[in-house]
Amino acid sequence: MSDVVIDAQGLTKRYNGAPAVDNVSFTVARGEIFGLLGPNGAGKTTTILMLLGLTEISSGAARVLGHDPVREPLAVKRRVGYLPDSVGFYDYLSARDNLRYTARLIGFSEAEREARIADALQRVDLAEVAGNRVGTYSRGMRQRLGLAEILMKNVAIAILDEPTSGLDPQATLELLEMIRGLKREGVSVLLSSHLLDRVQSVCDRVALFQDGRIALMGTVAELGRQVLGGGFAVEVEAEGQGLAERLAQVPGVTSVETTGPDRVRLLADRDVRPDAAAAVVHAGGRLRRLSVEEPSLEAIYTRYFHDHGAQHAA
Amino acid sequence: MRREGSPWRGVGAVFLKELSDHLTGARMFVLEWLIVLTAAAAVYVSIQQIKNTSAEDPFLFLRLFTQASEQMPLSFATLLSFLVPLVAIGLGFDLVNSEHSRRTLSRILSQPIYRDALLFGKFLAALAAIGISLVALWLLLIGLGIFTLGLPPSGEEIARALVMLVVTIFYAGVWLALAMLLSTVFRSPATAALAALGLWLFLTILWPIFSPWMAGLVASREITSAEDLLSALSVRQAFARASPSALFGEIVSVVLDPSVRSTQQPMLAALGLALIERGSIPGAPLPFLQSILIVWGQIVGLIAATILLFVADYVVFQRQEVRA
Repeated sequence: MSDVVIDAQGLTKRYNGAPAVDNVSFTVARGEIFGLLGPNGAGKTTTILMLLGLTEISSGAARVLGHDPVREPLAVKRRVGYLPDSVGFYDYLSARDNLRYTARLIGFSEAEREARIADALQRVDLAEVAGNRVGTYSRGMRQRLGLAEILMKNVAIAILDEPTSGLDPQATLELLEMIRGLKREGVSVLLSSHLLDRVQSVCDRVALFQDGRIALMGTVAELGRQVLGGGFAVEVEAEGQGLAERLAQVPGVTSVETTGPDRVRLLADRDVRPDAAAAVVHAGGRLRRLSVEEPSLEAIYTRYFHDHGAQHAA
Repeated sequence: MRREGSPWRGVGAVFLKELSDHLTGARMFVLEWLIVLTAAAAVYVSIQQIKNTSAEDPFLFLRLFTQASEQMPLSFATLLSFLVPLVAIGLGFDLVNSEHSRRTLSRILSQPIYRDALLFGKFLAALAAIGISLVALWLLLIGLGIFTLGLPPSGEEIARALVMLVVTIFYAGVWLALAMLLSTVFRSPATAALAALGLWLFLTILWPIFSPWMAGLVASREITSAEDLLSALSVRQAFARASPSALFGEIVSVVLDPSVRSTQQPMLAALGLALIERGSIPGAPLPFLQSILIVWGQIVGLIAATILLFVADYVVFQRQEVRA
C-alpha cells in the first residue's frame, strides 16, 4: 500500500462560474496530521466535501485511499470519518441512540455495534452521560460525540472541519489531545481551522488557504523560514553598554532591533541563544532574560497576507 | 458512469429510525386523534341515519363510509379526503429541511450510503406511519359497524372497503411526496409547511370552484344534444382531475357504491339526469371487478402522481449542496 492516503490534484470547484476552490493540490501521508488553515470562506470546507464525494468536483481529481470519491463514494466513506463544522445530532435521542443509528447506516452487526459504541463513548469520556438526550449536551460534548462517531467507525482517515471552533480553552485542549490520540493509532487526520495557534501544536504540515488557493504549504518551521525570512526571533533583555553592536556580530544573526530600554530583538537563521548569552556576558552585561520565539503560524500568516494582500489590492 | 454499491444500502436503517420518530412523536399523536375524533363523529351520525332507514340495501355496510346527513354533511370518505392530506403534510413538511437545520445532513451523508437511501427511507417510513393509523382506523370502523348495525359485512363489502383503504394510502402518498418535495425545495420548514397547506387548500377547496369555470372557457359550445352535454362534462372532469382530491373522490364514489356505473353519474344526477347503458338494468349493482375497472385510470393516476412528485424531489435533492 502506498503511503499517500489523500491525493488531491488540481481540485477546482466553481459555483456559477466563480471558483470557490481553485486548482488545489496536496497530499496527506499515512499517520500524518495535515491542517487546512485560512480565513472563513477560503474554500476549506468545500475542499473537504469534494474529498468525501459530497459535492461534485468541477475539475481536477482526488484519490482517497486509492479510491475516486466521485465514482466510488461508498468505498471512500466507509474508511473516512467526517466531523462537520458545528456538528448536529438528533437532539431528542440519547447519545447512544444517535451512535446506534450511525452504526446501522455503516452496517455493523448487532453485537459489534454495542461493543464499539460503548468503547467509543468511553474514550471520549461520555460513557456516564451516554443515556442523556443530546439536547442537554454542551458544545464541547457534541464535538466529542462527533469524535466518538469517528472512533466507532474504525477509520483510516479522520476529516475534522473546525473541530475546535466555539470551544473553551479546556475543551479545546482535551479535543486536541484526542486528535493526537488518533494519530498515535495510525489514523491520518485532515483538519481545517481558522484558529492558528491551537492548530499549530498538533499539525505536522499545514496548507494556508486564501481565496480558494493554497498560498503556502509545508511544516510550520519551513513556512517560518520561507515567510519570516530569519526564522528565529530571540529576545534579549540585559543591562550593559553597546550590547546591540556586540550581538549584531554573533554569527547567524541577520538583524538587531532595539525594542525598549535594555531590550533587543534578534532575528537569526538558527537558535543563537548560547552565542548571544556568551556575547552579553563577554561584554560585561547583566543578562536578565533570553528567550526564543518559535515561528508562529499567526506571525507567518499575518506577514504573508500583509505582504500579499498589498499585491491583491494593487 | 456507473456507481459502485447499491442505492438501497441503509434504507432499512433510515426507515426504522424515521418510523420510530413518527410513532413516538407528539405530532403524529395529535394528527391521529384529530382523525379518529372527527371520523368517530361522522360515523356515529351515519350509523344513526342508517338505523332509521328501513329500505332494503344489499350494501348497507358500505354506507358507513359514504352516508352523509343534515347534521353531518361530510361522510367518512369525504372527511378522509380532507384530513389525509393534512396528516401527510404534517408528517412530510420538514422531512428534508430539518436535517439541514439540525446540521445532521452532512454527518449522515458522510456514512457509506447514497442520498437515495435517505430519501426512500424517509418517504417509506412516513407512508408506513400513515398506513398504520389508517389501517387501525379502518378496523375500528368495521368493528363499530358490526357492533352497532348488528350485521356482518359480506365478502364483497369487505373487498370494496379494502380497496378503499389501499387507495387512501396511495392518496396519502401523493400528498406526502408533495410535502417532501416542498421540504427539499424550501430550507425553512415554516415556508414549506405554508406552501404545502396553501396548495392543499387550493386543490381541495378552490380548484373545484375554479375548474368548471375554466372548463367552460375551453368548451364554450351551446349544449344542444346529449353528446354535447357528455363532452362538456368530460372536459369539466378532466380539469377537476388536476386535483388528487378529485381523483380520490371519483374512486371512492364508484368503489363504495356498486350502483354507480360511471364517474359522471353523480354530475348527471345533479342535473336530474340518469345514465342508461344499452342492455343494462338501471340501478342494478355492478360486480366488484367492474367497479374497479371504471376507476382503474384514477387509481393509476394517483400512483403516477406520487412517483412523479417523488422523482422531482429526488432530482432536487441529488443536486442540492450539502452545506447550508
